Amino acid sequence: MSKIAYFNLPDVGEGLTEAEIVSWKVKPGDTVKVNQVVVEIETAKSLVELPCPFEGVISELMAAEGDTVEVGKPLISATVADGAVGATVSEAASVATAHEAVAEVAATAAAAEERTPNLVGYGVADPNGPVRRKRVGVVPPAVPVVPGVPAPAGHLAVPTHPETHVLAKPPIRKLAADLGVDLSKVAPTGLNGDITREDVLGSAQQASVFRNLSTPAAPSEREERIPVKGVRKAIANAMVSSAFTAPHVSIFVDVDATRTMEYVKRLKASTDFAGTKVTPLLIMAKAMMWAVRRNPMVNATFTAEEIIVHNFVNFGIAAATPRGLIVPNIKDADKMSMLELAQAIEQLAATAREGKTTPADMKDGTITITNIGVFGVDTGTPILNPGEVAIVALGSIRPKPWVVNNEIQVRQVTTIGATFDHRVVDGDVASRFVQDVASVIEEPALLLD
Amino acid sequence: MNENDSVPMVQMLSPEGEFAVPKNYAEYGSYIERLTEEDFLKFYRDMARCRRFDNEATALQRQGQLGLWIPAIGQEAAQIGSGYGVGHGDHIFPSYREHGVAITHGIELMSILKMLRGVNHGGWNPEETRFHLYGIVLGSQVLHATGYAMGVKFDGKVNTGNKADDLAVISYFGDGATAEGDVSESFLFAANTQSPIVFFCQNNQWAISSPTASQTRVPLYRRGEGFGVPGIRIDGNDVLASYAVTAKHMDDARAGAGPFMIEALTYRIGAHTTSDDPTKYRSDEEVAYWTARDPLKRFEIFLRRQGIGEDFFEEVAEAGEKLATEIREATFALKNPDMEDMFKHVYSQPHPVIDEQLDWLKRYEASFGGEN
Repeated sequence: MSKIAYFNLPDVGEGLTEAEIVSWKVKPGDTVKVNQVVVEIETAKSLVELPCPFEGVISELMAAEGDTVEVGKPLISATVADGAVGATVSEAASVATAHEAVAEVAATAAAAEERTPNLVGYGVADPNGPVRRKRVGVVPPAVPVVPGVPAPAGHLAVPTHPETHVLAKPPIRKLAADLGVDLSKVAPTGLNGDITREDVLGSAQQASVFRNLSTPAAPSEREERIPVKGVRKAIANAMVSSAFTAPHVSIFVDVDATRTMEYVKRLKASTDFAGTKVTPLLIMAKAMMWAVRRNPMVNATFTAEEIIVHNFVNFGIAAATPRGLIVPNIKDADKMSMLELAQAIEQLAATAREGKTTPADMKDGTITITNIGVFGVDTGTPILNPGEVAIVALGSIRPKPWVVNNEIQVRQVTTIGATFDHRVVDGDVASRFVQDVASVIEEPALLLD
Repeated sequence: MNENDSVPMVQMLSPEGEFAVPKNYAEYGSYIERLTEEDFLKFYRDMARCRRFDNEATALQRQGQLGLWIPAIGQEAAQIGSGYGVGHGDHIFPSYREHGVAITHGIELMSILKMLRGVNHGGWNPEETRFHLYGIVLGSQVLHATGYAMGVKFDGKVNTGNKADDLAVISYFGDGATAEGDVSESFLFAANTQSPIVFFCQNNQWAISSPTASQTRVPLYRRGEGFGVPGIRIDGNDVLASYAVTAKHMDDARAGAGPFMIEALTYRIGAHTTSDDPTKYRSDEEVAYWTARDPLKRFEIFLRRQGIGEDFFEEVAEAGEKLATEIREATFALKNPDMEDMFKHVYSQPHPVIDEQLDWLKRYEASFGGEN
């Protein structure tokens, strides 16, 4: 009896996701021994010869030279003796069914290739064509694709050789992979013709402007069924329990955020905030904490017996993550300086994006903000995070006509929406709170109070 | 390699397999005179065993069975020789490449593979084996060794008058580790306390891709001088020199001579690890030069001249294949550890924070496809 075994591409270098087939050392029909070199591959780190883990007769080479194969996908199939050590074996035990099995695995591999791979080092492959990495770098465009990142004065123009490889340090390659930036399409501005962090960030920004313009094709199935479990189930339960426990009341106010935007710009330029992300959300958070101090009832918890008014702020920020909506909070955010808060927000977002938010991060929140403006909408009626009595929605901030001194001017305008638990927060408190937040957005200098 | 030629070095076995003890090294020669033929065969057998193990482990990594492999190919003489020069009560603090030393102290080779597969943390008991766990953090083990040696000294286990009660410590590290502050700090503390320790530096000439020349302006065996740690260079590809010099200085350390450094000049024939591609930073000529100085080859020539016949070498080769098959089968049969295992050894008793973390992890894992 014999059976079909597969040799799947291993991760030969601590965290690699793929490798390119450089050359095959065997062909179908060849008899191979244990540890006989069957293929030479090139990873992001090195050229590597792969020894066969089993003895047998090669049935099929499951990728062509020049192809890029994902780690875990089969390289070869072979007929091996029953009981052979080292064989990843399909259930197809007889040679007669071997071809079907191979075809099936090959189809899986082909399907996998169509996915946009998460690459370390080589950017994102063209999802429309076969996954085949170019041997030489792509000719850089004549005009830098990175807006707003001029070469530092005094630097010589970087010669770009169309024949050279893409030059980028490993962290930059990682960043590019994370952001889905194809390094071969980025114009380098580094001293040695290397791609810098700014080049990648600029390119990612450029890409994001156009990201939503393509409409995906309609799926062929009439409906898709997504199991309700995990985070989605937790979201559903929390929303239902919140909406049907606390009587919600929402109010809105339009506000001129021009000065806030100028303030954000100045903070971004200041050396103290160098390397820290500054966004209108930061000012909004500060504004809310200022308003909480003037209206403490919005920072409370309602229980059957009592209302607990918190004299600290665990500031929740709703975050959209790949696994769904979560609301981690920044503990004692009211004690933080502007810089500390900015760093804490950045950290919270990064942790959430990586899916590393812990239950402790999400516990004991006292008030929440949801930044729906980043999705381009004006406002909404948010649902309370269970255990809290107020949530604020920050809408998009954009130029709009605004009346100033009886004249229409173009100002940066946004809408602040907020929802309160009416069991705790009455209309007057709610209105004063929202008005206070709005006044800081209109004049951030109030924070100096 | 040319600059090395002018540095004095203890060598008893030339690359051509000629045995000779230079007059000025007669004190080391006397250690060789005490060896029997069985000792010589044991040295060879273990060097060959180490290399076969190494080659198989490299293949297993390439087949996805190990997360990483750290080959010691080319350094067998430095390791096997010096490993056997360490006394039975002495403590050994290895780096992460000391498979040869591990062999001389009876470490189960599968334990090393399990660690590099990520299913255990080493798994041997240093209290029993006196061979401590691999030091993965570069140079850290040298501090641990020095601290242990200071303890030995404070316990008065040096020069007790009864040789069987005397203890010493040896720490293994590479040329790259000498550039770590840890090693300099160790020299200082060991010298100031005159603790019984031998610093055994395998200078394999490459700290990953950094050549030794970029790490030191003086030969490494002199690195400890300013701290008060004398040293000597040996031919690290000469198993007899490695044995004799280690044995002598471990004896001296036990007798109260204080710390000493041995620089074993050797060469890493393979990659730094399976994640490394040495062809990117060193030349084929250089590798060929050192391959010609292979530690096994020269010892084999020596043994054949001593009258050891083909039978022995065939037997060693067969044993190597048997070992390779055994570890291959055992590796493929390894099971993943239980998720809860990693929480079991943090504290000896149940601990609320650890319990909470375990509980969280279980819920987190379940959230990917469980019912809750």
